[in-house]
Amino acid sequence: MLSKKKSQPPGERASWGLKLGSLAALLFLHVPIWLIFLYSFTTDESAYTFPPPSLTLKWIPQAIANPAMQEALMLSLRVAALATVMALILGTLGAAAVYRYDFFGKEAISFFLILPLALPGIVTGIAIRSAINLMQIPFSFWTIVIGHATFSVVTVYNNVLARFRRTSGTMVEASMDLGANSFQTFWHIVLPNISTALLAGAILAFSLSFDEVIVTTFTAGQQQTLPIWIFGQMLKPRNRPITNVTAMLVVLITALPILLAQRLTARSSDTEGEKS
Amino acid sequence: MLNRISTFLYRRPKLVLALLLLPPLLWFVVVYLGALLTMLINSFFYLDGFTGKVVPEFTLRTYAKLFETTNLQIFGRTTLMAALVTLACVAIAFPLSYYIARFASPRLKTWLYLAVTIPLWSSYVVRVYSWKLILAQEGIVSWFARLVRLDGVLGWYLGLPAVGGPSLSVSATGVFLVFVYIWLPYMIIPIQTALERVPKSLIEASGDLGANSAQTFRNVILPLAFPGVVAGSIFTFSLTLGDFIVPSLFGNSSFYIGKAVLAYQGTSGNIPLAAAFTMGPIVIMVVYLLIARKLGAFDAL
Repeated sequence: MLSKKKSQPPGERASWGLKLGSLAALLFLHVPIWLIFLYSFTTDESAYTFPPPSLTLKWIPQAIANPAMQEALMLSLRVAALATVMALILGTLGAAAVYRYDFFGKEAISFFLILPLALPGIVTGIAIRSAINLMQIPFSFWTIVIGHATFSVVTVYNNVLARFRRTSGTMVEASMDLGANSFQTFWHIVLPNISTALLAGAILAFSLSFDEVIVTTFTAGQQQTLPIWIFGQMLKPRNRPITNVTAMLVVLITALPILLAQRLTARSSDTEGEKS
Repeated sequence: MLNRISTFLYRRPKLVLALLLLPPLLWFVVVYLGALLTMLINSFFYLDGFTGKVVPEFTLRTYAKLFETTNLQIFGRTTLMAALVTLACVAIAFPLSYYIARFASPRLKTWLYLAVTIPLWSSYVVRVYSWKLILAQEGIVSWFARLVRLDGVLGWYLGLPAVGGPSLSVSATGVFLVFVYIWLPYMIIPIQTALERVPKSLIEASGDLGANSAQTFRNVILPLAFPGVVAGSIFTFSLTLGDFIVPSLFGNSSFYIGKAVLAYQGTSGNIPLAAAFTMGPIVIMVVYLLIARKLGAFDAL
C-alpha cells in the first residue's frame, strides 16, 4: 500500500497482503472446526495423533448409544427448551412495552437486559450461586433453567423489538378501526408480523442455552448438561472417540439452526429494503 | 367478554404497560439484581477457617485477602492476558474486517458475514475442544513443525520459562492462542460495522486533496474505525477476564481470576472470597467501559 503514490480511485482493488491476511483469519476461524469432523473418524483411541493413522465409522453409533452422553444431551435439550419458552415470554413482553409506551427508565431496559451477557460469565454464575447458597435452595433442573433464561431474554427482546420498529403501526390501527379487539388484533396482525423474529430469537436463545457452560457450572450442582459433560471429558479424557463424535454432533446441532436464524432475519431485512 | 376486557384495557394504557413490563422487570430485579446483591452481601461475609462455615457478619477481611501477593498476581496475570488477547484479536481481525467492509462484493459480503457469525454462535466448549486436538503433543502443530523442520524451534520455545511448558496444550501460550481463537469473531464484527460507516465521499475527498492511500488510511479510516476497535475490545477483554474453562484446560498450575473463583467456591466452599474476587473483574470492566464511552465505542455497537 505504501508504494502506491497515486490517489486511490473509488473502485480500488484490495492489495495481496490484505487478501492474504483476510484468508489467514478465515482459515484460523474455520480449520479447527474441520479438524473436529476429521477426528470423529480417526481410529486412534488414546491420543490426538495427526494425521490420523486410519479412518473408521464405528465411533458414531457407539457415541449415539452412550448412556452418559444421552443423559447429558437430554438434560441440555430440556433446559434449553424451557429457558427458550421463558425468554420468549419475557423478551416479547419487554419489547412490546418498550416499543409501545414511553416511561421512565426506558433507555435503561436494553442495557439492563444485556448485562447478564456482557458481564463476564463468572459474575452471573457466582451471583446466582451465592443467591442459591444464601436461600439454601437445592440445586436442580430449575436452578439451571433460571440462569439460562436470564441471559437468553435479550436475544428474543432484540429481535422482536427490531421487528416492531420495522413494521408500521397503521396495520394495527386499521385492524382496530375495523372493529377487532386488542386480542384479535394481536392474534391476526401482530403475531404473524413478528413470527419470524420470534423464531429467530427463539433459535438464538436455544443455542445460547444449549452451549452455555460457565454459568451452568455454578448452578448445576452434580448434574451434567452436554457442555459440562464435554468439559469433564476434556479435563480427564476417558473416552476420546465418543467425545470427538459428540463434539461433531454438537457442531451440527447448533450450526444448522443458526443458519436458519440468519436466513430468517436476513430475509425480513430484505423485504424491508424493498418497502422503503 | 373478550371485547369488554379489550375496551377496558384500551382505556387504561398505564395498566397495559404495567402488565407488559411487570413480568420481565420482576424477573430481572428479583433473579438478576437480587443475585448480584446477594453476591455483594456475601463478599462482606467471611469463611471461618475452623468450622468451614460462612459467617454472616459484616467484615472487610475477605476483601483484605484480595490484596495478598498471590491474589494480586492473579489479577495482574489475568489483566495482562486479557490485554494481550485483545491486541492479538485486533491485529488478526482488522485486515478481514477491512476487506469485508471495503472490498467484498455484496454477495461475497453475505458469505463472509456468515463465515464470521457461525463460529461466533457455534458451541463454545466444542471450539475449545478443537484446540485440545490441535495443541496436543502428537497433534497437528507438532506434525507441521516437524514437516517444515522447525520442531527444534518449537522445543526451544516450550523450554522458555513464562510462555512455555511440557507441551503447547499445557502452557500460557496455549491459553493465549485459544482465547484469541474463541473471541476473534467478537472483534471482527464491531470493527467491520465501524468501517462500513466510513462515508465513501470522505475517502474520495482525502484522495482528491492529495493524500496517498497510506495517508488516507492513517488519517481518515483508522480514526473512524477506532470506536469499533474499542467496542470489540470490550468483549474480548471482559470475556477473557471471566473465563475459567480455557485456563483450566490449557494452563499450567497458575491461576486466573475465573479459575480462582471456581476453586474458592467449589472445593473450599468459600463463597465470600469467590464473591469478593468477582468484584475484581466488575471494577476492571466498569473502569474499562467508562474509558470506552469516552472514546465513543458505544456508537459502534
